[in-house]
Amino acid sequence: MGAPGAEAAEREMPGGNGYVGRALKRKEDPRLITGRATYVDDMVLPGMLHAAIVRSPEAHARIASIDVSAAAERPGIEAVFTGADLDGVAAPCPMVWAPPGVEVHVPDHWPLAKGKVGYVGQAVAVVLGDDKYAVVDAAEQVLVDYEPLPVVVDPEAALRDDAPVIHDQFGTNKVFEWSLAGGDLDAAFAEADVVMERRVVNHRTAGAAIEPRGALAEWREGRLTLRSSTQIPHIARVILSIQLGLSEERIRVIAPEVGGGFGSKLQVYGEEVLVAWCARRTGRPVKWTATRSDDMATTHHGRDQIDYVRIGATREGRLTGIHARVIQDCGAYHLIEGPVIPTFTSCVISGVYDFAAVRTDVIGVFTNKFTTDAIRGAGRPEATHLIEVCIDQLADELGIDRLELRRRNFIRDFPNERPHGFVYDSGDYDGTLDRCLELLDLDGFRREQEELRNDPVHPVYRGVGFSTYVEICGLGPSRALGPDGWGMQGGYFESAQVRVLPTGSVMVYTGTSPHGQGLETSFAQIVADRLGLAPDAVEVIHGDTDSGPFGKDTYGSRSLSVGGEAIARAAQKVQEKAKRIVAHKLEAAPEDIEVSDGAFRVKGSPEQAMSLAEVATEAYIPADLPDGMEAGLDELSFYDPDNFVWPFGAHACVTEVDPETGRVEIVRWIAVDDCGPAINPKLIDGQVHGGAVHAIGQALYERIAYDDDGQLVTGTFVDYGLPTAAEVPSFETARTETPSPTNSLGVKGVGEAATIAATPAIVNSVIDALRPLGVTYLDMPLTPERVWDAIQEARR
Amino acid sequence: MIPPEFDYAAPDTLDGALQALADGGEEAKPLAGGHSLLPLMKLRLAAPTLLVDLRRVPGLRGAERENGSWRIGALTRHADLQSRAELGVIGETTALIADQQVRNRGTIGGSLAHGDPASDLPTVLLAAEGTVTVRGPGGIRELAAADLFRDYLTTAIAPGEIVTEVRMPALEGWGHAYEKFSRRAEDWAMVGVCALVRRAPDGSCADVRVGLTNMGATPLRASAVERSLRGGPLDREAIARAAEQAAEGTDPPGDLNATPDYKRHLARVLTRRALQRAAEA
Repeated sequence: MGAPGAEAAEREMPGGNGYVGRALKRKEDPRLITGRATYVDDMVLPGMLHAAIVRSPEAHARIASIDVSAAAERPGIEAVFTGADLDGVAAPCPMVWAPPGVEVHVPDHWPLAKGKVGYVGQAVAVVLGDDKYAVVDAAEQVLVDYEPLPVVVDPEAALRDDAPVIHDQFGTNKVFEWSLAGGDLDAAFAEADVVMERRVVNHRTAGAAIEPRGALAEWREGRLTLRSSTQIPHIARVILSIQLGLSEERIRVIAPEVGGGFGSKLQVYGEEVLVAWCARRTGRPVKWTATRSDDMATTHHGRDQIDYVRIGATREGRLTGIHARVIQDCGAYHLIEGPVIPTFTSCVISGVYDFAAVRTDVIGVFTNKFTTDAIRGAGRPEATHLIEVCIDQLADELGIDRLELRRRNFIRDFPNERPHGFVYDSGDYDGTLDRCLELLDLDGFRREQEELRNDPVHPVYRGVGFSTYVEICGLGPSRALGPDGWGMQGGYFESAQVRVLPTGSVMVYTGTSPHGQGLETSFAQIVADRLGLAPDAVEVIHGDTDSGPFGKDTYGSRSLSVGGEAIARAAQKVQEKAKRIVAHKLEAAPEDIEVSDGAFRVKGSPEQAMSLAEVATEAYIPADLPDGMEAGLDELSFYDPDNFVWPFGAHACVTEVDPETGRVEIVRWIAVDDCGPAINPKLIDGQVHGGAVHAIGQALYERIAYDDDGQLVTGTFVDYGLPTAAEVPSFETARTETPSPTNSLGVKGVGEAATIAATPAIVNSVIDALRPLGVTYLDMPLTPERVWDAIQEARR
Repeated sequence: MIPPEFDYAAPDTLDGALQALADGGEEAKPLAGGHSLLPLMKLRLAAPTLLVDLRRVPGLRGAERENGSWRIGALTRHADLQSRAELGVIGETTALIADQQVRNRGTIGGSLAHGDPASDLPTVLLAAEGTVTVRGPGGIRELAAADLFRDYLTTAIAPGEIVTEVRMPALEGWGHAYEKFSRRAEDWAMVGVCALVRRAPDGSCADVRVGLTNMGATPLRASAVERSLRGGPLDREAIARAAEQAAEGTDPPGDLNATPDYKRHLARVLTRRALQRAAEA
């Protein structure tokens, strides 16, 4: 996206290097803050039709009949389509995880239901018309006769023999079962003096991006253009090609400004395929914009695991083995990759600890709920939650200080191959915890905690909780993730093209698809340093499959560590070519040219220099280039990492609990994160703040809840409690910088880190506060009633 | 999020508004700040055929002192009342309604006419024994709070009538407190308690009123608490004892975040806290 009006304070920045590491303001903010950004719903095309979707009010039912006649006859209605009309859709939604040797049940999931529905909100018909009000009114006139079937919403109930089977063809609600393990688990538990067991519930949440989903499809001269609020325009094009049976070069997908995704737009939804199909069928552009209610019901949810955890340890506090049985509620159908999400849980289930044996058994289950898939952290928040809560639980069982137990088991040698085969790239877990404790003043806190608690008039219950986490991101090495590894049917490289323009400014095309992260700024900083110009003179272009190389989009905290590295490599190629041109012109050796102070200079004679603009002139008026050199200054790079990257850190959360009501307030938050050397510390702070708020939401307020009939009872922002500024503390953030050996920038991802880190810090903190009252364990969300109940239970 | 079709009128006199409502029939609704009605329409839970917007009707805004009461125009926005100490419990409570954006639009008359038992102002009006003035085809009526709230989202205001004014006793010499317990700052009350206390010269309780938010289909008075305290001492023990009766006779609806039992517990705790704070004021 362009940045018209990016009149940031940095506008007058001089060319040079040294921009990496600086807390520059975001180039993209002026247009976002002043309302000049363009989202899908802002777009109007001539002759455009609006779409409204008829959705199932039933959680599980056979569709006996659909009568669209009344709707179709209303004024302004162009067409009404049902599942029976979708002959032109060649394939159902593909699910791209096919692990070698594991059977995964994948029911056909069509953009409009065919024959039956499996969840409330499933699309049954689409109404097209000239006016967005007319189509919604007409949608109410589509008469669907449902024959209700028995409903199952509890994943453990769904696994029982007497449960109603949602997809008859499989004869079971089990989606798949597989294990990821390493080390001798039996020996590990035999060696243990203590085995701690817990059932940990990680409840269902929503991504809740403030811009709901939306898609606008245009069919013109045999070519489809889809503008969609998506994180993955490149992947979407591949999938649309499959689903529409349309040759890939005839499809263009554009992600214009995208108002938040958090994983929920790492998806190709039925509506995107549907509007594309409708545009082709009617010959007119078709736009659909989700309402908030649509979004809550049918934008994929996340989490929803029940984890049975066993951890073995010796009396002295040496951890021996960890085993988790993970029951993942997949919902009624899959979208593109839902069933793989708990695999990410298994990657970091043993956290920052040196276990000799690790085993995770994952069982996916169909229920009559909407699909779960990747939401910020995608499997790793569940892992951190269970290991970090259980470490506290175990410490208390062993009578060992909770931080001491952690320190006795920290992994300290890097790179470190874990028993289940993953190699942690680099880390300094003591370092982040030390820094966190420095900021916290734990001794001071414990004194204050005691004093407040013993106040004779107003006893106040405060607690502190910690999370020392590691996460896996930077998706990813295609060798590990791909068809022969985990079984993802795709590659996970990233592409970049760095194009110097004839006047010496730069266009960068990235295969990532930023949507709020600030990557236009950090990418520009990386390029500026390598080419000796100001970040302001670097325009980062993304989110359009018609410009730049094929890419792999934005998710899994990959954009900087994979996409940024690709950009650094492409910029490096440009720099090397420029050096050869400069050397040729200045009669020096290429290895004696350096980029310094905004120009390409001869080492030792800095007055002998050429600006990038001068180099570009030579490259584009190629009258005097070195022998054999092609014209132009425009380089491409594809980067596929050798390993994942493994960010880590320590969070501390101080809470205060009202024992009379169970209300939890967050008093302090200290976040020490290590994502390698900072490209832009301001962006890191922003991601840490947002990530922690996301986790605070899950820990205290947010919950997607269905009743026993499969009705969604949290279908609006009134019921689904996103935290606001009034609910969150002022964050105290700090960093340590341990470079990753995986990429040349040394960077690790940070978009999900705080979300992955934070929920156990809150839960551990509340348990710490209430331990004097006898409370020893709590599941999220820590609603006042749940906390109050636990206090009452402990008193009995 | 897209309401069904409706007609819209914005007359510039009260008579014009009454006429428009009369012409519009049973399904016509007056529109004040719109922060309760419009969301219901967008969710298609309400479908009035005509909205009569009162924004141009003059003389329905502002708070004026008249003898022992505050006369507050029905279209006065929460933001115009919030945190004004001279308004007593109204000033305290309006500052706690939803968030500032809602307070900038929502009106006192609209909130009372909507009759949501989870809203704060109906409870305050009930506890303070205020009244609302309504104008309709049949003339002017004055409705006491005790007669106003009939059932969930149902008031004694008839179709075709418009709330023009709210009268709140000034309650000089009373202590007041509104304790609101909600999940997030902007949420409706899970339970709310309005306590108004007047001490006798000897420090005992000359009079007391306690209103409960979201403990039933309408706002409620905790009359057992009031009886227990009236005429007796106003110390911590007496308040704590009285507050134990706060949930007596209530049948609060449960929801995802609060069971009826928990709400009754909250009513007792919040009543004690509200009374304590009002008694100390």
